Amino acid sequence: MASFKPTKIPIYPKLGEKVTPDTLYWKNYKAPVQIKEFGAVTSIDFSPLAPHNYAVTASTRIHIYGPFSQEPVKTFTRFKDTAYSGKFRSDGQLLVAGCEDSVVRLFDVSGKVALRVFKGHTKGVHVTDFTSDCYHILTGSDDYTCRLWDIPNSTELTSYKEHTDYIRCGTTSKLNRDIFITGSYDHTLRVFDARVEKSVMTMDHSQPVESVLLYPSEGLLVSSGGRYVKVWDLLKGGQPLVSLKNHHKTVTCLGLSSNGQRLLSASLDRHVKIYNTTNYKVVHNFDYAASILSLALAPDDESIVVGMTNGVLSIKHRKSPEEKQEVAGKQRVRPVYRVFVKGRNYVPKKDDFFVSKPVKSHLAKYDKQLKRFNISKALDTALENRKPDITVAVMKELDRRGTLKNALAGRDEQNLSQLLNFLIGNVVDPRFTPVLVTATEMILDIYQAVVGQSSVVDRQLVRLQELVEREIDYQQDLLEVLGMLDTLFATSLPRKEVILKTSCILSINLHLVRNSFILYL
Amino acid sequence: MVEHAEIRMVRRGGSKINFREPVITNDSRFLLCAAGESVNVYSTSTEEFVHDLQGHTDLVTGVVLNPSNHLQVYSCSADGTVRLWDFMDGILIKTFIIGYPIYSIYVSEKHGGVVFVVVPMANYKSSELFQLVAVHLPRSGDQEVEARELSAVLCDVSPHPGAVSFGREGEYIAATKGLQLEVFFFKKQKSYRFSLKSGMKKGVKNAFTCVSCHPKEDCIATGHADGKIRLWRNFNQKKEYTYTTLHWHHGAVNTLCFTPEGTNLLSGGIESVLVHWHYTQENQKDFLPRLGAAITHIAVSPDGSLFCTSHSDNKITIIQSCVKVSAIIQGLVKGDGVWTDLIIDPRSKALVLNGKPGHLQFYSLHRDKQLYNLDIVQQEYINEEGLDQFEVVKAAFDARGDWLATVEERRKKGAELEINLKLWAYDKLTQSFVLNTTVTAPHEDRITGMFFSPSPETTMLVTTSLDDHFKAWLLADHSDTKEGFWSCDFVGGYHLLKPGCCSYSADGSLLAVGFQEVVTVWSPASWELLTTLSQPPGAIRDLCFGRLSCSKYLLGTSTKNQLCCWNLLTCSLEWSTPMDVSLLQADPLSENMAAFCSQSGSSDLFVFKPSEPRPLYSQKALCTGKVQHAVFAPRDQMLESCEERTQWLNRSQLYFITQDMDLLTFSTKTEEDRLLASSKQLMVDDSVAVTPFYLLLGKHRRQQLEKQEALTNPMAERTQLPQGSIAIKELLHTPAHVLPSASFLCAMFVRSLLVSRSSAREEKAEEEMESEKEEEDSEGEADPRLGESAAWAPSEEFGAPALTKAQERELRKVKTFDHSWLSSLLDS
Repeated sequence: MASFKPTKIPIYPKLGEKVTPDTLYWKNYKAPVQIKEFGAVTSIDFSPLAPHNYAVTASTRIHIYGPFSQEPVKTFTRFKDTAYSGKFRSDGQLLVAGCEDSVVRLFDVSGKVALRVFKGHTKGVHVTDFTSDCYHILTGSDDYTCRLWDIPNSTELTSYKEHTDYIRCGTTSKLNRDIFITGSYDHTLRVFDARVEKSVMTMDHSQPVESVLLYPSEGLLVSSGGRYVKVWDLLKGGQPLVSLKNHHKTVTCLGLSSNGQRLLSASLDRHVKIYNTTNYKVVHNFDYAASILSLALAPDDESIVVGMTNGVLSIKHRKSPEEKQEVAGKQRVRPVYRVFVKGRNYVPKKDDFFVSKPVKSHLAKYDKQLKRFNISKALDTALENRKPDITVAVMKELDRRGTLKNALAGRDEQNLSQLLNFLIGNVVDPRFTPVLVTATEMILDIYQAVVGQSSVVDRQLVRLQELVEREIDYQQDLLEVLGMLDTLFATSLPRKEVILKTSCILSINLHLVRNSFILYL
Repeated sequence: MVEHAEIRMVRRGGSKINFREPVITNDSRFLLCAAGESVNVYSTSTEEFVHDLQGHTDLVTGVVLNPSNHLQVYSCSADGTVRLWDFMDGILIKTFIIGYPIYSIYVSEKHGGVVFVVVPMANYKSSELFQLVAVHLPRSGDQEVEARELSAVLCDVSPHPGAVSFGREGEYIAATKGLQLEVFFFKKQKSYRFSLKSGMKKGVKNAFTCVSCHPKEDCIATGHADGKIRLWRNFNQKKEYTYTTLHWHHGAVNTLCFTPEGTNLLSGGIESVLVHWHYTQENQKDFLPRLGAAITHIAVSPDGSLFCTSHSDNKITIIQSCVKVSAIIQGLVKGDGVWTDLIIDPRSKALVLNGKPGHLQFYSLHRDKQLYNLDIVQQEYINEEGLDQFEVVKAAFDARGDWLATVEERRKKGAELEINLKLWAYDKLTQSFVLNTTVTAPHEDRITGMFFSPSPETTMLVTTSLDDHFKAWLLADHSDTKEGFWSCDFVGGYHLLKPGCCSYSADGSLLAVGFQEVVTVWSPASWELLTTLSQPPGAIRDLCFGRLSCSKYLLGTSTKNQLCCWNLLTCSLEWSTPMDVSLLQADPLSENMAAFCSQSGSSDLFVFKPSEPRPLYSQKALCTGKVQHAVFAPRDQMLESCEERTQWLNRSQLYFITQDMDLLTFSTKTEEDRLLASSKQLMVDDSVAVTPFYLLLGKHRRQQLEKQEALTNPMAERTQLPQGSIAIKELLHTPAHVLPSASFLCAMFVRSLLVSRSSAREEKAEEEMESEKEEEDSEGEADPRLGESAAWAPSEEFGAPALTKAQERELRKVKTFDHSWLSSLLDS
């Protein structure tokens, strides 16, 4: 007497990313901590000093958070209008920030009141940065100028008026105290040398520039604007190296992983993409709830901080290896019910008569029903299941037994609408279409007499019909495209033919259902 | 030895054991069943084949115990004889010649010296009418007697053996045919007929299928085609008979059987569920579900402790007290067809073909026994008529037997084809195949051929399909995951023609694919189309590369009666001959090829080398009908026949299946002699009863065998078994109660096993003894030592050799502890 063989649930190929070292690395973060700020988070900057606090600029405040605190350790509120671009100096002692009211303020991180106030710009200042010698400040403003200021004297050193639109991004060289780069809405990137009156290099991004980033070696420059991320080779005189178009909305922020191997870009399309810097292929992708304005990575990639337009600051901390082990260890030692352990570790004595109990096999609920030939109940239990592949596998099994029609028949309004809901959800899924199309046809066959008696069912049937029609149109379009491609590929081996045929079959199936709809409705 | 070597066609194993109802002997130790032209005796406890009763010259159609002597059995056959056997010793006692082909046999205790047989009506030769006749068996001392004293009991009965049954104490006999039940009372010499309405208009099928009578009461149970069971009572008159109806089966009731005390009624049908009705409480029933295949016969042992059911898949299940399946006797399953062809598993050398639905069976040709079933489809089989089930249609092994590829398909009426390609890896730990990869819908249409590359370096699989493509599958190495899985490597086609067959060259460097009329030759390494060969008219049916010295030849057969041989070096046709070859098979171990040709309703066989014009062997009119499946099975041991006609059988043996699903092979005289000798040896083994001594001896024998196997070929035949000592045999054959006490015997017995040893051996033995002294009290030590000494024994003649000192010492040692050891054995 053989035991009952449970229904086989087919494993469908996953159409997702492959597991690579990158995905493992970037997935190794804990669930994000979310902090609500007062307004859109425009800038995030990590302190270079050891605890690595970070300054978050949002609305009229700058909050400084500790690496693991959810509460700000420090707040700067002396802004008359929206603050921008809170940046730490390389020694972590000073913080500079621009403001919509055109004043640039310099703070001591331990103090409260601004140490220096730089006035001179005529419009809001969106860009501030320290030069590498720590004595000067670079600012860029909506009045089309960028200026250098001296910190001890709080005087303006130079002003460049080459840009013809708002300057919204800029960065200073970490190797040379005189060199800095600005990006503007006039589509250009300009490299300035403080020793010279004019810009030394100009690059055309051909989109309003939102963010610039220098590689640690400072040989390469990355700029983002519009949907593009572009990489420039500074050593070759600003020659464009590569242009990436992986976002479908404006790319607002750029970042570099600690080892310089991975480039991150954040966009208004709510994604953060991670590129490999050798071949510039996307290796990973993060999704966020809202459009992203700012992004920063802690040293050693310990955390990823992202600020969004809805004022939410999302912080992801890296899982520490000990913690991971602890979790696994906990699961192993977790106490089970004593009853189950009882007698498990009993070593039988020499004279003991050993009776082995057969291992009990557990059947799923739907399998228990199938074993008893309760086909309608089996289908009901399968429909309650959340996973459509299980439901479809049970339907297939019923079809194999020749009893699918019986299982579908004899349902009341509620049951039928549940069934139709499932069909609406899954009938166009190419993995399930072959089975569900037969089921749909059977339902139409069985219930054609009662069409028009229940408004709920009628509505669902109409929806199902619309769905099928739309899918057929899609398939038609796809076939046309494939036909075009085929003519293009006609010279080489026709390897794509397999895909063509599957979609052919799908569309034939769907055509059949449409015909039944036309017949019955 | 070689002079009379003549090739003979022999039926090899796999006879139907579910043809007629099996019989369990009175002591429930043996089970007898009709199997082809003999009656097989199986042990009910070990499910082993004990021996067979050979003598009939045609199909055995019935086996029944002699009611007057429970050690004898009657068997009837289509050759027109009834034979009486002593089944314990396998001796034919008497042969009664009836003169008509017999279809079934019935006996009753009340009718001593009479057997009832179903024979065709004399007047209507070769007609469909049968009668039940009583045969008075003459009491004469001769071995062979003619029994001419026939008296008709009932006319127009069904030849089906389940359609006739003896009633309570043999007072009446009930027979059914069509819609009629007829009861004949012997006392009154009168019969009553009861008819049922055909009821066809309601869609009810009332026809009787089987009948069984209650052994203690006047009650007849009949089974019907619509699944109903009717219990008839009060049938000794025409008018006031009654019946009650029981209904559980949804298909026809195939068989019914009352238990000997009449407390229970067993029924079975296509659902493969044994239903156990309680006779007095008819609403109560027990089930034994999922017995595997449709039940065709049920038999109960005379003491009611064992049931056995025959199944449509050539299986007999023995059930203990209706709850536990205790043994399964499985023959070669002959399903509806052999779609997979005959394949030889390179590892176990077993024949592999379709078995139970959705399974592959591994059948040992040497032992005529099914080794195991491999579940390919892994789905619950629904026993119902008219369902489209998954069937295994293709199977292939790779060269080393590490991989098995199977294709299963299911064609729904008016719906698309479902095909799955599965690849199984051999697991050394569990000694079976484990599923590695499942490819759903590997092709758009039916798969016509599947082959593994024979080269040992690459495991590559090629499938050809009616969707105009052939695909190559490779084991992809994945460093991340532990084991690799298979994926498609190449999709090939040729002018949108349908590929029909493919073949690898012996070294795997060339692949030939036949696209209708064109043969394309590819290089599997680079997937380049090397050349095309074509020889119209007619599509290519079969392709085969030559082996060894003939590897430059490619042979092909076409539908238009052509056998072509191409030379691949010149890419030209070497020769062709007009032959309607239905099957072309290459011997993997030699250059030989076998071609089966169908000619005017029968098949001819030609065995030839592609390089030689003259066939090595030809046999006209081999069998009726086309031969569709054949295979060369490599021999374990090469034959050393030098005669030209039989040389081709030296390395491997050709097996083939006829249209009637008989498994046949060719064999020579020398081989048969050898087989006969080994089977005799086996019989001696089996006659030894299971006693404590047997256990002892069995252990010795096993060790002897192991030793021998280590020395010679592992699969060496058993003829060279050392004869064992006469003393041992005598000891075992003498009844235990006449023997002296065991403790007395044992010393003698052990001494008989001892042998003188070489001096080198002695020193070693002394060392061993030293170590043994330390562990003297451990009793377990005695066993292996004794076994060891026994293993040396048979090499010497039995006698009393002079004992050395060491031996004497050891003997004394053995003596000291074998009392307790033997007594413990005897206790158990």
